[in-house]
Amino acid sequence: MLRYIGRRLLNYAVLLYVAISLTFVLAATQLNPRALFQLRQPPIEPAIIEQQLLKYNLSDTVPLAERYWIWLTGIFRGYWGSSPLGVDVAEQIQTRMWVSLRLLLIGTLAGIIIGVAIGAWSATRQYKLSDRAITAISLLIISTPAFVVGHLTQIGATWYNNTSRTRTFEFIGETGDVGDYPFADLVDRGQHLLLPTFVLIILGAASMSRIQRNLMLDSLGADYVRTARAKGLRESKAVMKHALRTALIPTGTYFAFSVATMFVGATFTERIFSFPGIGQYGVDTITNRDVFGVVAVTAFAGVCVLAGAVLSDIMVAILDPRVRLQ
Amino acid sequence: MSEAAVKVETETELVKADPKRLSRGRLVWRRFLRNKTAVVGAFGILFLVFLALFGSSILYWKFDDIDTQSFLAPPSESHILGATRAGRDVLALTVRGLGKSLLIGFMVALMSTTIAALVGASAAYLGGWWEKFALWIVDLLLVVPSFFLIAVASRGAPEGDASWIILAVLLAVFAWPLSARVVRSLTLSIREREYVLAAKFMGLSSFRIIVRHILPNASSLLIIDATLGVGYAILSETGLSYFGFGVQPPDTSLGTLIGEGARMATTFPWVFLGPATVLVFLVLCVNAVGDGLRDALDPSSASGGQA
Repeated sequence: MLRYIGRRLLNYAVLLYVAISLTFVLAATQLNPRALFQLRQPPIEPAIIEQQLLKYNLSDTVPLAERYWIWLTGIFRGYWGSSPLGVDVAEQIQTRMWVSLRLLLIGTLAGIIIGVAIGAWSATRQYKLSDRAITAISLLIISTPAFVVGHLTQIGATWYNNTSRTRTFEFIGETGDVGDYPFADLVDRGQHLLLPTFVLIILGAASMSRIQRNLMLDSLGADYVRTARAKGLRESKAVMKHALRTALIPTGTYFAFSVATMFVGATFTERIFSFPGIGQYGVDTITNRDVFGVVAVTAFAGVCVLAGAVLSDIMVAILDPRVRLQ
Repeated sequence: MSEAAVKVETETELVKADPKRLSRGRLVWRRFLRNKTAVVGAFGILFLVFLALFGSSILYWKFDDIDTQSFLAPPSESHILGATRAGRDVLALTVRGLGKSLLIGFMVALMSTTIAALVGASAAYLGGWWEKFALWIVDLLLVVPSFFLIAVASRGAPEGDASWIILAVLLAVFAWPLSARVVRSLTLSIREREYVLAAKFMGLSSFRIIVRHILPNASSLLIIDATLGVGYAILSETGLSYFGFGVQPPDTSLGTLIGEGARMATTFPWVFLGPATVLVFLVLCVNAVGDGLRDALDPSSASGGQA
């Protein structure tokens, strides 16, 4: 068993190393940080640009292999590189991952729970009016990109704020004007979290309800549920204990995966509601031609995805009695 | 006269007693038609394709016309969906962007399903080091955040009229891995069938066996995959263009337009609402057709009722 786990982790490490190295090559050849300084007004002397680029290991006059080696040996000392303007990349990720987590925690978890509940319930009412309505609504939401949902809620919130002449909905950043009353700080954060959390919940719940509905339909038709009914169990008990429990096993793996990838953030939601999280950082690094930033975000996302994969395997082993570890 | 009537009656009875065997194509077609949502979706797609092809010759405004009378004009009789900050007609721009988004969507789906089919089927059929290598590449592509990498790669790509083709290729390169895995697991069972073994012992080359005998028997999966792939590709393309990484001006797509309109969505919503509505309608239609095809093609599906 230990050997199996060891081999698997080793495979993951190699996978990650290759992925990050390829990303480095891609970013270093495509992003051209020199252009960042060349467009400045008033123009900067080429020699000074070169000096700045050399300082941060970004100059394309140095061979790619040499830049790669400097960057790789730096990582072993804990230095992931800097942006062309000298901002430490690793520090950025360390602070921003918690912003992403703060934004996503409630939204993601509530989205999954609500989606599971709706999906399982509508499966027990297959082809009835309520099931058809839920299916139609979730299909509509799944077909709507996150950025459209985000801006639509903003339009709605602005309209409400204007008509009621209040500032109930806040949608720029994590915090704003803090009032002068007890727990004003918390209220302010809550106000700013309200809309993005709503967006995350409806997006998450819509896709989760589709998945859970299909899983539940499969298990409702299974022989063991028929047996449970045939031996005289109450309908609610047969559904809850026999159908729902088995239908929740794949959801458990999905849940584990979502928790691990929460740190990576939700790019669109962060951008629209101006949360400086990892997703927003990823986009910024590309626009600002920040080679090492791109690589670090990719590496971080890769670690999260692989951690999610490991976690979901563990989750299956815990939840599913058919999977036994020798 | 009565004789004829009797004859007709017996004939209808015969038809009832021994219904004509349906071919698979007709069966799938009938199942698809029974799903009203999917039929509506199919008509929706046809309508949008028609609009993208012939819209520019029907509409009064051209996409690059500038109406100096109406900067940021709200929807009115002359500009049905309003006008942008530069005085361009939102409807004409939307139709133009729709064309590009549709083109990219279909191209990417076709390319990624082709790659997925060839890689997945050959990995399962040939086995050995090729299978290990292919699965490893699949894992690699699933680990990296594809959205960022496409953005990085398209940033350094040469600019010009054909830059959207590079974008389409990039989207396809990152879209195939998951489907390739599914094709592989399906091929693992098809590989053992008698007709594949027969073809093998007749001395057919592996490539011919994959293309002529394995892939046609995985066609249901491939058709569904390609259809849902169109929706996925359109969403990825518009997402990238929304951030300014995908389709570059002066070229335009639905995502570029939405990104442009989103900056003033709360004050001048029509610049955003027009293309956004079209995008949602398009993806909704594609998803509806995809679901309908899945129900119609899947032999184990119980959704259709009879036959």
